[in-house]
Amino acid sequence: MAKLRINGKQHEVRAQSDTPLLWVLREHVGLTGTKFGCGIAQCGACSVHINGQLVRSCIINMASLKPGDNITTIEGLSADSSHPVQQAWAALDVPQCGYCQSGQIMAAAALLAAKPDPSDADIDSAMTNICRCGTYQRIRQAIHQAVALAKNSRKNPAARPSKTSRS
Amino acid sequence: MNNTTHPQALPQLKNNSTPAAEQAPVDLARRFFVLSSALAGGGLMLGFNLPSGAQAATGGDAADAGVEIDAWVAVRPDDTCVIRFARTEMGQGTRTGLAQLIAEELDCDWDKVTTEMVSPQANLARKGVWGQMLTVGSFGIRFSHDKVRRGGAAARAMLLQAAANEWGVAVAELSVQKGLIRHAASGRQTSYGKVALAASRLPAPDPKTLQLKAPADWKIAGQPLKRLDTAPKLNGRKIYAVDVALPGMLTATIKACPVFGGSLLRLDDAAAMKSPGVRKVVRVGTDAYAVIADTWWQAKSALEKVRVEWDYGPHAAESDATIAARLSEGLETKTGLFEFRKEGDSAALVNSSAKKVAAVYSAPFLAHATMEPMNCTARVGKDAAEIWVPTQDPEGAHLAMSKQSGLPLEKCTVHRFDPGGGFGRRGRVSDFVTQAVAIAQQMPGTAIKLIWSREEDMTHGQYRPISKCKLSAGFDADNRLTAVHVRLSGQSIYAWRNPTENLAGFKDNSQVQGWFAQPSDQALCYAFPQLSIEYAMRNTHVPVGTWRGVNIPQNAFYMECFVEELARAAGADSVAFRKQWMTKDARQSAILDLAAEKGDWGKPLPPGVYRGIAQYFSYATYCAATAEVSLNAQGEVKVHRIVLALDCGYAVNPGQIEAQVEGSIVYGLSAALWGECSVQQGRVVETNFHDYRVLRMAEMPKVETHIRANGAAVWGGIGEPTIAVVAPAVANALSLALGKPVRSLPIKIAKPA
Repeated sequence: MAKLRINGKQHEVRAQSDTPLLWVLREHVGLTGTKFGCGIAQCGACSVHINGQLVRSCIINMASLKPGDNITTIEGLSADSSHPVQQAWAALDVPQCGYCQSGQIMAAAALLAAKPDPSDADIDSAMTNICRCGTYQRIRQAIHQAVALAKNSRKNPAARPSKTSRS
Repeated sequence: MNNTTHPQALPQLKNNSTPAAEQAPVDLARRFFVLSSALAGGGLMLGFNLPSGAQAATGGDAADAGVEIDAWVAVRPDDTCVIRFARTEMGQGTRTGLAQLIAEELDCDWDKVTTEMVSPQANLARKGVWGQMLTVGSFGIRFSHDKVRRGGAAARAMLLQAAANEWGVAVAELSVQKGLIRHAASGRQTSYGKVALAASRLPAPDPKTLQLKAPADWKIAGQPLKRLDTAPKLNGRKIYAVDVALPGMLTATIKACPVFGGSLLRLDDAAAMKSPGVRKVVRVGTDAYAVIADTWWQAKSALEKVRVEWDYGPHAAESDATIAARLSEGLETKTGLFEFRKEGDSAALVNSSAKKVAAVYSAPFLAHATMEPMNCTARVGKDAAEIWVPTQDPEGAHLAMSKQSGLPLEKCTVHRFDPGGGFGRRGRVSDFVTQAVAIAQQMPGTAIKLIWSREEDMTHGQYRPISKCKLSAGFDADNRLTAVHVRLSGQSIYAWRNPTENLAGFKDNSQVQGWFAQPSDQALCYAFPQLSIEYAMRNTHVPVGTWRGVNIPQNAFYMECFVEELARAAGADSVAFRKQWMTKDARQSAILDLAAEKGDWGKPLPPGVYRGIAQYFSYATYCAATAEVSLNAQGEVKVHRIVLALDCGYAVNPGQIEAQVEGSIVYGLSAALWGECSVQQGRVVETNFHDYRVLRMAEMPKVETHIRANGAAVWGGIGEPTIAVVAPAVANALSLALGKPVRSLPIKIAKPA
């Protein structure tokens, strides 16, 4: 039995210790926003945040997690799709099929948390998630737009949409 | 608020997970929809009362489906128009585009539009009222537009007539805007929601009598409107088939014989059955086994614990080398050819010409590598069966489940989900459906979700067929072309799908796509003198199918790179040479010129950067592109910029067209640079994204899209045609950097001559 803190709530999970966090989330906790794409951390569809760090959950064994670890999934990134990344993704209609986008959004959110105004080279380095529909050009535009949205939001806190939740 | 109706299933909490506080942090408004009892019957309401995100809170009341005016439009009391669509939405924007076309004719309020996806069993029950559902061949808009627009126009006519009847006035005295009907003379007004019931009782007009709006007058169609289905993709709420959870559901994963054409001799499941969570190990067909467990991870963990003995079959020694040898033989053979075009004694003319150019090109097997792996959930009972599936071919999936289960179509229910990528893998081949049903039959009454591992997905594809192409041409003393001879040798998709058919003398038009004489939506845009094209069918044991573009991308690569070689042999500019030999099709010329202009053809580039150009006509869309490419010291290719111009006749949503162009450039570039499924010991070697490399952000070129849509007799498609120019534009640029032509894909590492 493992205790996991996911999106701010405690869960008790009974699963084999070698179960990847990805499958714990999907099949034991019922959070299917985090996707299975490859199982070997190549594609990033399984990206979540653990203690604010971007990780590929398909290679994180449940046994390696501690009860104090804060796990954030796409469902917990914000209460209402109000994270600047989500807002920018919406404004630019980034997703096509959408399957990779949970991971893309988590990766972009982690990038902006570490670098509030990333260069294109920073984006190249950080955004290694695969998109077979090829939405990269819009992802890049949306990251720049998210930067602007976040800046605006800091300048005008009264105008800020619903509070962004944090892990 | 625009919502999208979609079958939703609450992710099931496993009974060994107990949240310490309240419910799991998922959308608490989601309901658990046991769809089978509502939908197993077949009948008028099938597929209509599927709850939307907004309806979920109320539990999916049938009245929220609205009043059906005609097959394409239902209207709710609050004036919301529920627009039905039959084609597959797999990211290309077809849901939104088709809705725009209907909403345009309907004259409804776009902000009050929601959509509903039709099921194949509903279509069957209503004698095919929605027409073809299969979405391949860039069909989605171009093969639907007339039917759906008439559906919207008919609904509008009926709604207006209902208002006219209510007021006792002539319909001609009414006007409508955004679903508000006005009678100017009396100042009366009403709305679609209020007259819907009366309208639904009126006879539908003959579709042929309906006047459709002129595209020049479009206000909804033709606009780069936001997609209707983005919101749930941003917060994890969109349910893909792979996410489905049902009461008592088990999960399975499968392993088929690694060598195509092999079979499963023996299996020993003793060790696997001791693995945690495993319920059963079953044979699937003649060549595969599956583990059924409580969770996918448990199934996957047990898969390798099953001890199996394979009979690898007659093809276990096949390899890239044996296949290449067979293809090369096909390039030389003089018998058994499909003489597709024969406009002269081309070979003899080439041979007797003052100057000859000859080249052998090749392109490999390619995997689709959709992000959502192959999956299907099935539940089979004595009298009924259901599947939850991502498919481009709902009718095909319906047939496959009926065939495997032995149940009639009327007892088979398909729950469709937007695929997490299709690209042709999920169209016309429903192998994952057949497997899922076969597995579920072995535990009747239990829903079993089959998910392939990525390794299984990569090694058991329906690959783009491998081929080689020998092209030769002659020039006379004045540097004018005398003849062009093309010999294609490669695998046939038709032959794979019809293995028992006698194909002697078969005219395999599919494999020579893009080389047709005009008129055709796959016509060659060149009018070469004395052109001959032959196809030598050379099959392999590797399964082949429809990759994005089908056979256009390879054939375009061969043709456009060879044309480039000819241009250089003639000492001519690439654009001028092409124009010299193009047909009189003004639209193709215009697009070539547009790409050249916007792509700065002829303008200087920074040192080490080279520009190539290519054009192609396919799926009734004209396309041309320039590519700017450089090469580093290690031979790694960098594509800096691609400028693509296209003419599709009518642009329903220019924003989505741009997205498709960018997307197909990524798809085509991944293939051109690295894509290859190689064969050793009868099996595909590449197993995952670490060895089947695809484009990532850092490799994405800057893409500029230029759309021309000034009308056409034939609407052009968008999903596929723009892939055709990617590999040749890049190869034509790269060949300048290398000092030699690029004749073989993938490019991978390129070393100069």
